[in-house]
Amino acid sequence: MTEASPLRALNRDVSLGLADDAVRGISPLALAIHRFLLWLRSPRPYLMIVGFTLFIGFWYLAVEVWKLPRFSEMPGPTEVVREWFSRNPTYGLSVFTPEYYLHIWVSTRRVAIAFFLATAIGVPLGLFLGWSERFKQYVFPVFELLRPVPPLAWVPLAIVMFKGSETPIIFLTFLASFYATALNTMLGVESIDVSYTRAASCLGATRWQVFRHVIVPGAMPFIFTGLQISVGVAWFSLVAGEMVSGQYGLGYVINTSYTMVRYPTIVIGMITLGIVGYVTSAAVRFVGDHLMQWRTRELALGGDR
Amino acid sequence: MNIQQMAQSSQVISSPLGSQISVTNVSKIYGAGDFAKEVVRDCSFTLDRGKLTVMIGPSGCGKSTLIRMLAGFERPSSGAITLDGKAVSRPGLDRLVVFQESALFPWMSTYDNIMFGPRARGEDTPEMRAYAEELLHKVGLDGFRKKYPAQLSGGMQRRAELARSMINKPAVMILDEPFRGLDAMTKKLMQEYYSNLYEEFRRTTFFVTTDIDEAIYLADRILIMTNIPTQVRAVINVDLPRPRHVEDITENDDANAIKMRALSLLHEEAMKSFARGSKAAADFVDAYAKRINKE
Repeated sequence: MTEASPLRALNRDVSLGLADDAVRGISPLALAIHRFLLWLRSPRPYLMIVGFTLFIGFWYLAVEVWKLPRFSEMPGPTEVVREWFSRNPTYGLSVFTPEYYLHIWVSTRRVAIAFFLATAIGVPLGLFLGWSERFKQYVFPVFELLRPVPPLAWVPLAIVMFKGSETPIIFLTFLASFYATALNTMLGVESIDVSYTRAASCLGATRWQVFRHVIVPGAMPFIFTGLQISVGVAWFSLVAGEMVSGQYGLGYVINTSYTMVRYPTIVIGMITLGIVGYVTSAAVRFVGDHLMQWRTRELALGGDR
Repeated sequence: MNIQQMAQSSQVISSPLGSQISVTNVSKIYGAGDFAKEVVRDCSFTLDRGKLTVMIGPSGCGKSTLIRMLAGFERPSSGAITLDGKAVSRPGLDRLVVFQESALFPWMSTYDNIMFGPRARGEDTPEMRAYAEELLHKVGLDGFRKKYPAQLSGGMQRRAELARSMINKPAVMILDEPFRGLDAMTKKLMQEYYSNLYEEFRRTTFFVTTDIDEAIYLADRILIMTNIPTQVRAVINVDLPRPRHVEDITENDDANAIKMRALSLLHEEAMKSFARGSKAAADFVDAYAKRINKE
């Protein structure tokens, strides 16, 4: 065959499809630094700071300056920050007390266990629900009936079913995560274009190979969306569980501080929950992006599909 | 499953020109009773060994249904489809389909996409890898083996898809409007490029299109289809010498005669469906009128 000149012309008009050679040799670290610098140069970090300033500013003004009617009992930002970073906190909890980290650790551990259980059971269940119409007909109606029952409604049965104080809390935390993961995974499988499975069977793949190489990777974007939701809902069902039983954990801190009228500590608990929750869901996103580089690149290119 | 596949792949090697497919009195009806819709009616044709047969017809006339039946994804309601005398009943490696929309797996690199077929059959051998390299070179994607489909242009995706099919040495290649949706320039280059590939490999090929110029440029034989329910309206042999060049075709009197004949047949079919209120047909008639005015 002639060294086709039309081909060269064809390849030239690809603005973003840089050939392999062009990107070889860029280290992940250099890429991360590059991205960070890009982020610093974009308006995003500054808009974020403006957003936080407005939010905290309103809180400060409403509570400490204007003393709005229903806000007078609330702890203001200065009081909370002073308590949070105090070496000798009035209500016994700050970044300098070991107990603070014990609460964080206990809660994180519960969420981690519940999240991994929910993933280990939810992903396979979702994959089979999406893959086998027959299996779905058996299982899905039961699943849909249980799903709207809020974790709080499960509290009495959880305490009856499981021994001790730890397992019921983990069970309650697990529930909502599990529904989110299984449902998203199922939708992920159902979203896969039939042309991919057709192409695979046309190319000689067995049913199992189609499952392994088409269904699983094809559902991956939805699975990770599900896992991000799942981590989020794990944190809020956790607080529900911890308010009911247990001796440690951020939910427990908030609940006991309420009964003992330690209002700044409640806010410390809330902010800590927000931060830890954000970190866990960022970690899930990071793992997802790492596993689905094809998708990251697709999105980075503006995704014309 | 595996034994059958092996049987199929040994069959693939048997003829270097590929297989012969016969479609005999095939009908396809979707639904039943009052809701029945006949898409294909009593359709017969053959795809000759080593020849490139192009099917052309008004949009929405049931061409894709015929392809799904040839590929084995669907069965005819009546009639028979045979490959070298054996009935076609399900998807098999002997008939590879290149789909209308890019069906490259977005989560695999170009190279992994091309090697999908051999790996699925457990043939990830050094010879096969060498052949993959050769094909990558042939389709001009040497430097793009690690790229994901989304990082390739439309034309490159189609070429990667051609390579993914060809590595399996299918006895029959079926292409369903493979160049649809490409811009005019890329489409023309892809046609020339595809024509070169075909002339080099000469395997039984079934090519579906709605573009008459593309049909004449590529075909050994053109099947003109009727409007839905689809049937073969006419068979036109295109005896133009190969290798062909786009310029030769536009200036060739035989080619122009074929084009005029095909266009008037297609126009009749389009008018019929236009009379039945088909939007697609109305578009076709518009385009046809423009084309006639230009000439």
